[in-house]
Amino acid sequence: MCPTSAACCGAPGTGADPVTQQPAPRVRITSPRTLAARSRARRSHAAEIDALTRLGEVYVQSLMRAQLRLAGYVVVLLALTVGLLPVLFRVLPLADVHVLGVPLPWLLLGVLVYPWLLVIAVWYVRRAEHNEAAFVDLVERREDPS
Amino acid sequence: MPLFAVIAVTIATLVVGAFGLRVARTTSDFFVASRRVGPFLNASAISGEYLSAASFLGVAGLVLLRGVDMLWYPIGWTAGYLLLLVFVAAPLRRSGAYTLPDFAEFRVESHAARRVASWLVCLIGALYLVPQFQGAGLTLAAITGAPTWVGATVVAFVVLVNVVAGGMRSITLVQAFQYWIKLCALLVPAVILWTVWHHDGSATRGLHATDWVEPLQGPHATYLTYSLIAATFLGTMGLPHVVVRFYTNHDGRSARRTTLVVLAMLSLFYLLPTAYGALGRVYASDLIASGRTDSVVLTLPDRMLGGTGAALVTALLGAGAFAAFLSTSSGLVVSVSGVLSQDVLGRRFDGVTGFRIGGFLAAGGALLLAEISQGLPVAHAVELAFAVAASTFCPLLLLGIWWRGLTARGAIAGMVSGGLLSGATVLAVMVGVTAGGWAGALLAQPALLTVPLSFTCMVGVSLADRGRVPVHVGRAMVRLHLPETVDVDRGTYQPSS
Repeated sequence: MCPTSAACCGAPGTGADPVTQQPAPRVRITSPRTLAARSRARRSHAAEIDALTRLGEVYVQSLMRAQLRLAGYVVVLLALTVGLLPVLFRVLPLADVHVLGVPLPWLLLGVLVYPWLLVIAVWYVRRAEHNEAAFVDLVERREDPS
Repeated sequence: MPLFAVIAVTIATLVVGAFGLRVARTTSDFFVASRRVGPFLNASAISGEYLSAASFLGVAGLVLLRGVDMLWYPIGWTAGYLLLLVFVAAPLRRSGAYTLPDFAEFRVESHAARRVASWLVCLIGALYLVPQFQGAGLTLAAITGAPTWVGATVVAFVVLVNVVAGGMRSITLVQAFQYWIKLCALLVPAVILWTVWHHDGSATRGLHATDWVEPLQGPHATYLTYSLIAATFLGTMGLPHVVVRFYTNHDGRSARRTTLVVLAMLSLFYLLPTAYGALGRVYASDLIASGRTDSVVLTLPDRMLGGTGAALVTALLGAGAFAAFLSTSSGLVVSVSGVLSQDVLGRRFDGVTGFRIGGFLAAGGALLLAEISQGLPVAHAVELAFAVAASTFCPLLLLGIWWRGLTARGAIAGMVSGGLLSGATVLAVMVGVTAGGWAGALLAQPALLTVPLSFTCMVGVSLADRGRVPVHVGRAMVRLHLPETVDVDRGTYQPSS
């Protein structure tokens, strides 16, 4: 854990050691080669979020925006397909069109809407889980010395 | 025969409930089944709880009466889960709240907001529960000729035994079981009746009336359809007995997957009522004139089969209808008694005792209301419950989850304004106020007006109250949106039970 959020902001994710706060004359700079050092480095991203620093909020907001944008796509898709059906029924004589002996509005509203809702839902769940996986990658990304 | 089937479903419900009882011991079991329920079982339970008498009997009756426009009801009741999936499912599970009042308290950090939410849960619960009890009475009366209070009392009693004895754990199993009863009870007779219709030369008498077969006939049809869409698409996420189910998921990811399975299960079920409505048009069109369209599902076997076959199929349908009354009533009593025990009785009794007393109050109160409101047009109340939920809890959930600026005053202003206006239309319809023209359309489907009003109030008052944004909103957003695998501080909030 970082002693102050400012220390973290100054050097995000470098595995800042509490020792750096003391006015020591010399600071040894090393690459985190051991597992212990790496796990501390990983925590420091989460620590930004824990301390609710500007950087931490940016992380959280990036995930929220991605998920909200995805939800927005679903709403637009739903509105442009299912939501427009009453308008289509108003302007086009779709009731005169018969498919397999069934008037088209009955087929659309009684049957075809449901698989379409499922398709959208499956697509959404995959994208949402992808967004979360990308976020986990971002937060828990290993610190590369290069 | 039909009476035997109803008794069998009732006993099976009690037995499955008793099986769940053996594992329900702690308060956490009572409220949320200790969160050990897998997505498939949980989705069966959500679907079982959700498919009420309105879905099992009502939709077919509406289709018989008013035709293609009524197909928007089952569409809305299904698509509501799509919107719940994309905006609410995972964050709500991650919030860790048990009930909607819990969520209000967690997010806007206000006891007053919690209290408003509690009253709304009771209002929506009553609007939903009373028609279930009355429907049970009418169904049993139609099958056996018993007085209407018998069916209502039987349902109230069975629900109470299960809820009081086992809480949510027992209820989860019972409701998962009841989804499959309902699906089979509607599917098997549908196949039989469809075959008979086919052998009958696929008669199409009654199917060609323009005002029935063509969409958007009648005055204000476009407004009514879009208002119905607003109420059902947005109202589903705000139903207290649906939302309480999401706490039994393991984590946010499984909450999403559960919702996906629910969508599939509802889609399968809702293909069927349309067939009953259309067959009713061919074989039972006299029900329209006699105003008993709700009984079309139970009447068709007699009209089309006759003899023992008819008795068997009617028995199956009666069993399914009773499963619908029992499961929806159970879910509603669980969620209302959860709120009653936490917010009305919580300080006087320990968790489990409070929950049981809450169950008595909820079931008893609804039974009393069902008796008092005998003869009032309460069937419409379920539809209006969606409008109330869409005008109150939908804005609370959407803004609470996705907007940092929501304040306690904003949330209360939105819930109260939306609740009062939509509640007023409910009251007006109940006491028999009728109006022509636009006023009549607004009374029948108020959502297109009340939902935007509630959103506007919530956002407007929150913006005016900008200085009072909840202190822990940053932490709350972390908790709502971050996957559980990320090891971060999610705050100290615990539901107050």
